[in-house]
Amino acid sequence: MSDQLDPLRALDEAGERHLPDRVERHTPKPAGSSAIVETSHEVRVTTPATVCGMGHRMKRKEDPRFIQGRGTYVDDVKLPGMLYMDIVRSPYAHARITKIDASEALKVPGVLAVITGEDLKQAGNLHWMPTLMSDTQMVLPIEKVVYYAQEVCVVVATDRYAAADGVEKVVVEYDPLPVVVDPFEALKDETIVRDDKELKTNHIWHWEAGDREATEHVFRSAAKVVKQYMHIPRIHVASIETCGMVADFNKATGKLKIWMTSQAPHAHRTVFALVSGIPEHKIQIISPDIGGGFGGKVPVYPGYVCCVVASIVTGRPVKWIEDRSENLQADSFARDYHITAEMAADADGRITGLRVRTLADNGAADAAANPSKFPAGLYSICTGSYDMRAAHIAVDGVYTNKPPGGVAYRCSFRVTEAVHMIERMTDIMAHELGEDPAAFRLKNFIRPEQFPYRSPTGWEYDSGNYHAALKLAMEMIGYEELRREQAEKRTRGELMGIGISSFTEVVGAGPSRDYDILGIKMFDSAEIRIHPTGKAIARFGTKSQGQGHETTYAQIIAEELGIPAEHVEVEEGDTDTAPYGLGTYASRSTPTAGAAAAVAARKIRAKARTIAAYLLEVSEDDLEWSVDRWQVKGSPEQHKTIQDIAFAAYTNHPPGVEAGLEATDYYDPPNLTFPFGSYICVVDIDTGTGEVKIRRFVAVDDCGNIINPLVVEGQIHGGLTMGLAPALFEEIVYDENGQNLTGTFMDYLLPTAVETPKWEIGKTITPSPHHPIGAKGVGESPTVGAPPAIANAVVDALWHLGVRHIDIPITPQKVWKLLRDHGITE
Amino acid sequence: MIPSAFDFYAPRTLDEAIALLAEHGDEAKVLAGGQSLIPAMRFRLAAPAVLVDINGIGGLDGLRETNGHLAIGALTREAALEEYTFIRERYPLLADAAHVIADPLVRNRATVGGNLAHADPANDHPAVMLAYGAELAAHGPRGARTIPIDDFFTGMFSTSLEPDELLTEIRIPRPGPGSGGAYLKVERKVGDYAISAVAVQLTMDGPTIRTIRIALTNVSPTPIRAEEAERILTGQTLTDATLEAAGQAAAAACDPSADLRGSIEYKRDLTRVLVKRAVRRAAERATK
Repeated sequence: MSDQLDPLRALDEAGERHLPDRVERHTPKPAGSSAIVETSHEVRVTTPATVCGMGHRMKRKEDPRFIQGRGTYVDDVKLPGMLYMDIVRSPYAHARITKIDASEALKVPGVLAVITGEDLKQAGNLHWMPTLMSDTQMVLPIEKVVYYAQEVCVVVATDRYAAADGVEKVVVEYDPLPVVVDPFEALKDETIVRDDKELKTNHIWHWEAGDREATEHVFRSAAKVVKQYMHIPRIHVASIETCGMVADFNKATGKLKIWMTSQAPHAHRTVFALVSGIPEHKIQIISPDIGGGFGGKVPVYPGYVCCVVASIVTGRPVKWIEDRSENLQADSFARDYHITAEMAADADGRITGLRVRTLADNGAADAAANPSKFPAGLYSICTGSYDMRAAHIAVDGVYTNKPPGGVAYRCSFRVTEAVHMIERMTDIMAHELGEDPAAFRLKNFIRPEQFPYRSPTGWEYDSGNYHAALKLAMEMIGYEELRREQAEKRTRGELMGIGISSFTEVVGAGPSRDYDILGIKMFDSAEIRIHPTGKAIARFGTKSQGQGHETTYAQIIAEELGIPAEHVEVEEGDTDTAPYGLGTYASRSTPTAGAAAAVAARKIRAKARTIAAYLLEVSEDDLEWSVDRWQVKGSPEQHKTIQDIAFAAYTNHPPGVEAGLEATDYYDPPNLTFPFGSYICVVDIDTGTGEVKIRRFVAVDDCGNIINPLVVEGQIHGGLTMGLAPALFEEIVYDENGQNLTGTFMDYLLPTAVETPKWEIGKTITPSPHHPIGAKGVGESPTVGAPPAIANAVVDALWHLGVRHIDIPITPQKVWKLLRDHGITE
Repeated sequence: MIPSAFDFYAPRTLDEAIALLAEHGDEAKVLAGGQSLIPAMRFRLAAPAVLVDINGIGGLDGLRETNGHLAIGALTREAALEEYTFIRERYPLLADAAHVIADPLVRNRATVGGNLAHADPANDHPAVMLAYGAELAAHGPRGARTIPIDDFFTGMFSTSLEPDELLTEIRIPRPGPGSGGAYLKVERKVGDYAISAVAVQLTMDGPTIRTIRIALTNVSPTPIRAEEAERILTGQTLTDATLEAAGQAAAAACDPSADLRGSIEYKRDLTRVLVKRAVRRAAERATK
């Protein structure tokens, strides 16, 4: 690849303007708590079906209410006297505001108030707010707008229709400014997006990981180097439920009660308290049923703040629910990384090093939802599943006139970008060396005996067996036979491709020494209370948005205490009742709160032992645990079940021991967990139309010990479909004026059942050695792993024509163009 | 996505509906399946003061073969076209199209008449009916009249219907022996408008094409026929060379605009490929 095709070279010039205080380096510290573990193919089950602990295919406890339409989402909340808010949005991506005239809007029957940035400023400088990355973001603008569909002012009315009519009557005059859409243009600093900042530059930060010198050395001595520029396009989580809030400020009590689409209600409460000055005990955030989050409900959006202000101003409850276009156009995006990657290999075809330069288009504010010390998230996991000597990663963040972000869309903080890059590069290297992509991977994988494996960028992979997963996937799909078929078809001019992705995920942030959001450490929590009759309620700092926590957490507690899972009520999302936690995103719930559930249950089991010993009149040392009871060693007929013990804890507790049976745990994980898998995709290409048809897709996942196979399989099916989406369909497209061309589902293309292939899934089980129940987290693996399998399959079909890379989404038009450019037609 | 205020009428008879349309003129819009109108209203791209909902009028839906044609009531839901064996057997072009119009949820509500009267060049029925040479029945204050499909589409979103006229029935000539048809559509995903789609209806005389009509979806400001391609193929046997010539003529006939679906070049080339495939498939069906 020539340097003319490497736009990342622009960073070299921009580098001169980098200031040292914006250069960040952070390498995760070693965990020192891992060990070699065995891989199996069978789900571990230790409890009977009546208890339904780990490994049982329990149907989800939450589903009856969802199936019957009896869930409670934010938009289901209706309070007496409730008002409705709607938002006036900018038709320009960059423009000065010269006038906001609300007089006609206020004449619309039912319209009570129009709130502008100036009003927020008067109310205590609420027109700006911090982002989770310690940047700032406008709530409502006073001087200028910086992205298309930005919130300009809000209308509050007695009903939803009047609010919409009011929005249409607000007159805003703009003076358009030059728009910078392309992040490479932004680096030139000719148009400054954020002139509110002291430094007049669009460059936000520069971040590095790995060892630059060692990497240079490896590349100097390499036998083969491949280089590729790629763009991981801007996409949107597009959850079924858009964002929304009901804010109810009670002037009499001074309490602000909020129902909100929040993946992290506790963290949001703290942010609200710090920004608004309302004491934290006077804020209650309830995150009710959530219709999908995928990272999009981690940030605080201007609409939330305006909704709260509207309730405080009017003294009445106010509801705000985004419509679909607002959600697609203005809420946080994901991805948008421009990457130039180079991979080095030695004469034996072994990968020796990786060098990556990346430009992160953050839009008009760095509103990413990353842990504080990781401006590029966990992107430095990008050496993937391969054992190499050295790697160096440099990432620069830049402002553009696009909505701020980006969120970790079903992805543990930029791991999707990392995996796409390394899996594409691995395929390119294999093809360039004339090696089979599967054999090349098997040769270069980190070997099972190398775990815990220290990566060149400082990660300590807890456990893995990459060979087992890929070999199983190859066996399931009939890899060798497919290669024969491909060769035979090629002689007839038919194009089929086989693509592999052998990804390594990194989830479960995270250990408090490295991971925090706005200073709050990324532990998570569980609080279990056993009732006298042996039933239980468990509350968590996380918040399910469809992951099935009410089922899986109950099964963890059932596993540890023998209380049937159906007897464990799981509650999340109410900050007045649940223990503090950082919420659910980045596949962190099982690694953190799931661990907390196990540890809290073990604390209860320990107290139960004391009570059982008292009841049985034996020493605690004479007791052993069996499924749901403490029994006398060698004499199991002498026992007390957990139900017996729970009753005694309230009716006959031992002298000197507190009554009751409950425990809380704030779990600070010693390390992250590293799920992995191997996916193989087979595509057929229509040489006439450019259409790509996925014929088969085999996914072998390893997420450690499995809590509920049914839930895991559901997660994988959904995640694979969300990986298919950006591979072939999804992209947020802007024109040169920064107008969003994909602001509805007519043009922002979500795959349906028609486009989705039949997923064939398999599993290996390599437990996490440091997690209390050996689990790793799975929600994001398929989203992360699927796109490069599909992209690799399409390039594999076209490689012999001279095609080396295609940026996702791989649309029929792109494939058609490549076919025609290479002389293939019908 | 909240529409402006509007008045709503639900007439029970055709005459009532026509009277309402006559009274309100340009201010009124007819609500049939609502699959184009309602989204436009929710985006406030359309803000009719009056909606005349014709769904309560009896006798406007249903299919029947009579007098040498297939009569489709204007209010017939798209989904109904998928239900009949005789449609699949004798009207394969219509059957093909019925499976690829929008998505199943939309097809449950959307109507055949609405799909035509909306006159969106991206809709599928305009090309289908052009290929069939269908005839449209309309009712207005001055009574009933029929409009040949070739005279129906006058521009993007405009037809030769008067503001106070209602489209009531679509009549497709019953295909004779040796007839075949096909509709081929490439779309980015189900429910999307076509990048390009091609409707072909022909009759074969042994290996020779006796008559053929070809129409194109979403590659021009209005639904169009590929007349030069028809001329090239008429009286010819199917060879790679004639098909290629016809495909190229159709590609030259279209006037697409570049958008997220594709460039002008892509849409033209796709049309070329689809014309070749659709003609071949229609001929196969005709000779089967």
